[in-house]
Amino acid sequence: MMESVEDPAPWHRGRDQFGPWGHRHRGPFWLRRRGHGGPLRRDPAERLAGGVASGVAAWKGLNVTTVRIAFVLIALVSGGFAVPFYVAGWLLIPAAGEDSSIGSRARSDSAGIALAVGLATLLAFVLFVGGVFNDGWFAGWAWPQTVTVAGLALIWRNASPDEQATLRRLVEPLGAAGAGRAGRPGRRSAIRLTLAGLLVFGGAGWLFSARASVALLRPLGGVVLVIAGIVLLLGPWWLRIARDLVLERQAKVRAEERADISAQVHDSVLQTLALIQRRADDPQKVVWLARMQERELRSWLFEGRAPGEAEADITFAAGVRQIQQDVEARYGVPVEAVTVGDCELDENLNALLAAAREATVNAAKWSGAGVISLFAEVEPDSVSIVVRDRGKGFDPSSVPADRKGLAESVHGRMVRRGGTADVVSAEGEGTKVTLRMARPAAAPSRSGGAS
Amino acid sequence: MSGAPRVVLVDDHGLFRSGVRSELGRQVEVIGEADDVQPAIDLIGSVQPDVVLLDVHLPGGGGQAVIQAIKPLFPSVRFLALSASDAPEDVIAVIRAGARGYVTKTISTAELADAIRRVAAGDAVFSHRLAGFVLDAFAASSGSSGSSDVKPSFDPELDQLTSREREVLRLIAQGYTYKEIARELYISVKTVESHVSSVLRKLQLSSRHQLTRWATERRLA
Repeated sequence: MMESVEDPAPWHRGRDQFGPWGHRHRGPFWLRRRGHGGPLRRDPAERLAGGVASGVAAWKGLNVTTVRIAFVLIALVSGGFAVPFYVAGWLLIPAAGEDSSIGSRARSDSAGIALAVGLATLLAFVLFVGGVFNDGWFAGWAWPQTVTVAGLALIWRNASPDEQATLRRLVEPLGAAGAGRAGRPGRRSAIRLTLAGLLVFGGAGWLFSARASVALLRPLGGVVLVIAGIVLLLGPWWLRIARDLVLERQAKVRAEERADISAQVHDSVLQTLALIQRRADDPQKVVWLARMQERELRSWLFEGRAPGEAEADITFAAGVRQIQQDVEARYGVPVEAVTVGDCELDENLNALLAAAREATVNAAKWSGAGVISLFAEVEPDSVSIVVRDRGKGFDPSSVPADRKGLAESVHGRMVRRGGTADVVSAEGEGTKVTLRMARPAAAPSRSGGAS
Repeated sequence: MSGAPRVVLVDDHGLFRSGVRSELGRQVEVIGEADDVQPAIDLIGSVQPDVVLLDVHLPGGGGQAVIQAIKPLFPSVRFLALSASDAPEDVIAVIRAGARGYVTKTISTAELADAIRRVAAGDAVFSHRLAGFVLDAFAASSGSSGSSDVKPSFDPELDQLTSREREVLRLIAQGYTYKEIARELYISVKTVESHVSSVLRKLQLSSRHQLTRWATERRLA
């Protein structure tokens, strides 16, 4: 985990998926299709075994599964001959986010080499002593083991913590089979081990004795017994590995979700809070910022819409919300919008919305009111919007001819579509514009109670 | 209504509690604070305030859990719900559980103090947003009366709002004060209050399951 902070390589899938501005790069997916053009790196985040296949896949822009299948096929066709190449790849290709491979680190790890040599010498000495008392086969069989152990010690010392964990998992069943591991229910595993041992030895014995007889079924039975024994012996460990894989995957999904949310919060809330701190001396601006943020967060939380994302198919209520947003954003006057019911938009309702927008803008520009209320209600037979402010108001009979906003865009618009517009205003009493549009009879017949 | 109402604050945000406490300080008597359902129930049981200022969203089960636990034991304790993020169905659920009103956290201090006093006096407090929610809920519940699965409640009166109640709610939703509503409709302020209380009663007592279904549909939408 620490490497990702120290060495944010561009191809690294770590925590630096967010750029300096918090935007989320679509990196990994994009890269996957074209190859990232960087040097070949193993990809521990996507690994099944050593991460070589996923590294090659990311490097060449291939599908991981394809590469894995190819690897397995090569291994099978070569009769296992190619497997050491995979191991060599694991040793020699650095993991993503690291500078050096395990192999190169091992070469420069003088203490480790000393340790390995020391270990090998010690082991060799023990084996040599053992060999003296034996007739030689023991020592001859054991020399490769000495080299292996020394090599493993070197690899272990230079593997990253992640890979050490994997290696530990691989070695674990041997430890589990050797002795009941601490902290695990001893009796159960003792019974399991005994049973497994009996099955394996029984099966093996059967196999050996079957060599003498010609019965075809008996060796088969032996094979079954051996397999059963192995499953019993290693089953729990396999299960654990499978479970770990599932847990790992779930944790990854959760982490991605959290990353999404934190990106969202960073993009919107934190930015706004920063702005508010800088504008602390301008209360109106602060209120405006807070309201804008509130609206944005609300639409994200309750309507699942990302900020800035256009509403795909806009309904009447969404149209009213847009009026609210636009007027608040442009004129800095809070608009309290309440909508009751909702329906699809048509030509008439678009005209109604346009008229309501005009009336709201008018109120924001001229009334001087601190807040404008916008009330929209969808009823079975009609749709109405009321725009109201407690501002200075005006005398409707003495509107100068050049202020045609209300008369033309509001009244005219409504009347042309068969609706009505009613303006009530008086000096010092605020203004109330009531717009009503009848709904076509085809609309779902809802008996809207008493109206 | 003698002296300042005794108030308990229930909200899981300490910052909000201390803010409200310091702002309301002189106008009401804040006698206790709680940050979750169980502490709130314990506290309210022991101090028995006039009004509980109750957050709709609490970590341990939401505001209605507090109301449901307290109502049967101390019917004289009144609840005023408030929230910052108000999904309509949550707000309606708290009101149906027994809260006497609902205001948003963006409310000004003076208005909040006024709302607390009104709830303490037994009135209902509807914010413009709640009025919209209620109109919406009743429109939906009366809307599908043609379908077959409707089971009217024992008192069909409860299932619908009268035209006057609708009118009052519409004006509240437009930001009118009670006094303005009274003037607009040529009725007394007391009558406006009784209309609002009657709406509240219908909201709480109506067993019409359309109200529930409205909530479900809102959640799905």
